[in-house]
Amino acid sequence: MTSTLKGITLKGSAEMVAEFFSFGINSILYQRGIYPPESFSRVTHYDMSLQLTTDSKLKNYLSDVVSQLKEWLFECTVQRLVLVITCLETNEVLERWQFDIECDKSAKESSVPREKSLKTIQDEIRSVIRQVTATVTFLPLLETPCAFDLLVYTDKDLVVPEKWEESGPQIISQSEEVPLRSFTTSIHKVSSMVAYKRADSV
Amino acid sequence: MAHFGYENDIHSILKLDMPITNVPMARWQRKASSSNASSGLSPGKSANVSSTSKTPSKTPGKGKKQTPSKMGGDRFIPVRNSKRMDMASFLLSKENEPDNQTTSSKAMSVILNGYDIDDAKILHLGGKPLNAPEGYQNNLKVLYSQTTTPSSTKKTRYISSTPDKVLDAPEIRNDFYLNLIDWSSRNMLAVALHNNVYLWDANKGDVILLMKLESEEDYICSVSWTKEGNYLAIGTSDCKVQLWDVENQKRLRSMASHTARVTSLCWNDHILSSGSRSGHIHHHDVRLAQHHRFTLTTHSQEVCGLKWSPDGRYLASGGNDNLVCVWPRVSDGGLGNENQPVRCWSEHQGAVKALAWCPWQSNILASGGGTSDRHIRIWNVNSGSCISSIDSQSQVSSLVFAPNYKELVSAHGYAHNNVVVWKYPSFTKVAELSGHGDRVLSVILSPDNSAMATVAGDETIQIWNSFEVDPVKKKAMDRMVKPTTTGLHHSIR
Repeated sequence: MTSTLKGITLKGSAEMVAEFFSFGINSILYQRGIYPPESFSRVTHYDMSLQLTTDSKLKNYLSDVVSQLKEWLFECTVQRLVLVITCLETNEVLERWQFDIECDKSAKESSVPREKSLKTIQDEIRSVIRQVTATVTFLPLLETPCAFDLLVYTDKDLVVPEKWEESGPQIISQSEEVPLRSFTTSIHKVSSMVAYKRADSV
Repeated sequence: MAHFGYENDIHSILKLDMPITNVPMARWQRKASSSNASSGLSPGKSANVSSTSKTPSKTPGKGKKQTPSKMGGDRFIPVRNSKRMDMASFLLSKENEPDNQTTSSKAMSVILNGYDIDDAKILHLGGKPLNAPEGYQNNLKVLYSQTTTPSSTKKTRYISSTPDKVLDAPEIRNDFYLNLIDWSSRNMLAVALHNNVYLWDANKGDVILLMKLESEEDYICSVSWTKEGNYLAIGTSDCKVQLWDVENQKRLRSMASHTARVTSLCWNDHILSSGSRSGHIHHHDVRLAQHHRFTLTTHSQEVCGLKWSPDGRYLASGGNDNLVCVWPRVSDGGLGNENQPVRCWSEHQGAVKALAWCPWQSNILASGGGTSDRHIRIWNVNSGSCISSIDSQSQVSSLVFAPNYKELVSAHGYAHNNVVVWKYPSFTKVAELSGHGDRVLSVILSPDNSAMATVAGDETIQIWNSFEVDPVKKKAMDRMVKPTTTGLHHSIR
């Protein structure tokens, strides 16, 4: 971890959150079965075992998104990250994982590191990821082959980098929403929520 | 989890000891307070207000508010989603405040869109679509469901390692090339013991001596039932094929056309094909006096395996010359080039006596080689290729496909003298049955495919009920057929 042991800097916080997203997205892709489970390998992080994809195209895509996200987190211009799961054939949105990001902009000005122990943050992150895994018990099974997309809600006046395009919010009609745990690095606060299409309304 | 919130709200509203939190002042409250402020002398009004609330409720259990003093309403709305009430009444009450215009519209947009449209831009990384590899179907159901998949339950089916019945077969000729048993569709097992043919009725269990050859030196080389199970063809060492009517126990005809013993026979409706030590295969039309219609001469040595495919289009033959040949069905017109085989495979290194067509997959033929080869090969007759080949480690004397569980059974001689049940097409060994003391010569399935009979050089015939279908399933099937007539008349009042 590049952040100092004593405190959390903006840069360190951005890195931690980006890392959390990388693992979180991989976990969701594994748990929901978007990609075959054989294409994932187990790693240990946050004191727990997590699944990371070994598919190179997917890995590159995710690292592109995450590195861009890290930049935006550092600049405090990103508000939300959404992982949308759509049915491959009908393009209907089946699930929507929403991670709201609140950035304490005052950290941009002062460069004094904040007091929060790394361990606490890791514990919080761990409980969020554990909860994501646990959601599998009540989320409706995804019967059809699915595709996923990552949407980032940024400030309006942000310069859109290359390769990124604007998109709609992809809201689910008639959704059930379940708020999940949140964690904070004292500079960035990430709260999560999953919305899924109500099974009987299909 | 989202629905708990609703329930909690209802519970908190139903508590009579505290005022309702989280809800702004109801209209009647505001009205009451304003009316009280205007004129305190209108108790009637407030009394009216409270009396109207005592209207009987239609849905008592649905969690509607039952506090008459608190709730007076001019209209009965059974369910109020309190969150929306919150925002809606807030916005309604704020409608006359112009400086809050932007915040109210912002609030509206927040409700409608789930986010602040004005302030956020939604981006996603463009480029190639990211889909899972083609053909990948999410099988989380398998990962996370508790029930075992059907294939795993089938693997644990119990196959008894001892035979269910043992019949005595004294004087049976321990000759690899002969085909001495056949099981008819009428559940009669025909066995040739030296120069006798015995019939065993599998239903009743009694044994009949059908026929006996006149001369002691001659012996029976092959037996084959017709599809209907009323006629039995018998091939003998004196080069003749005899046709017997079993019900009347009479010989119908004796057909002579071969120059050597007739070691293999197979029926295809009215055509009887016979293979002999000369390497020739003859087609006989048993309805005609001139029965010998056709000759196939590719084999150079004894034709010990002969099998028509279930659809009757192809005849597979295996010989001591290690060849497996597939012949097309000869039409009754009998054209000239049809004495050439469609396929001729020489991959086996030993005599091919074991031949079996797959009943559930067309054009699939299984063949097994003798002592020097020991391989079981699966062929696709259409493409001509060998689909798979497996080393069974012993001389393969007979093969049969068991459709109940999609398995292939192979009977072996040197050196294991056993019967192996393989799962098809994966070729995993399901069972190895070593009941025989000497090499197993033939294996044949019962007419209902639930049992098999094996005959061996140890002079026994063993019956194995290895392919019995689950009786529970059978019962369920039977129940579906029977109409259910429960006591419906009881419900009529």
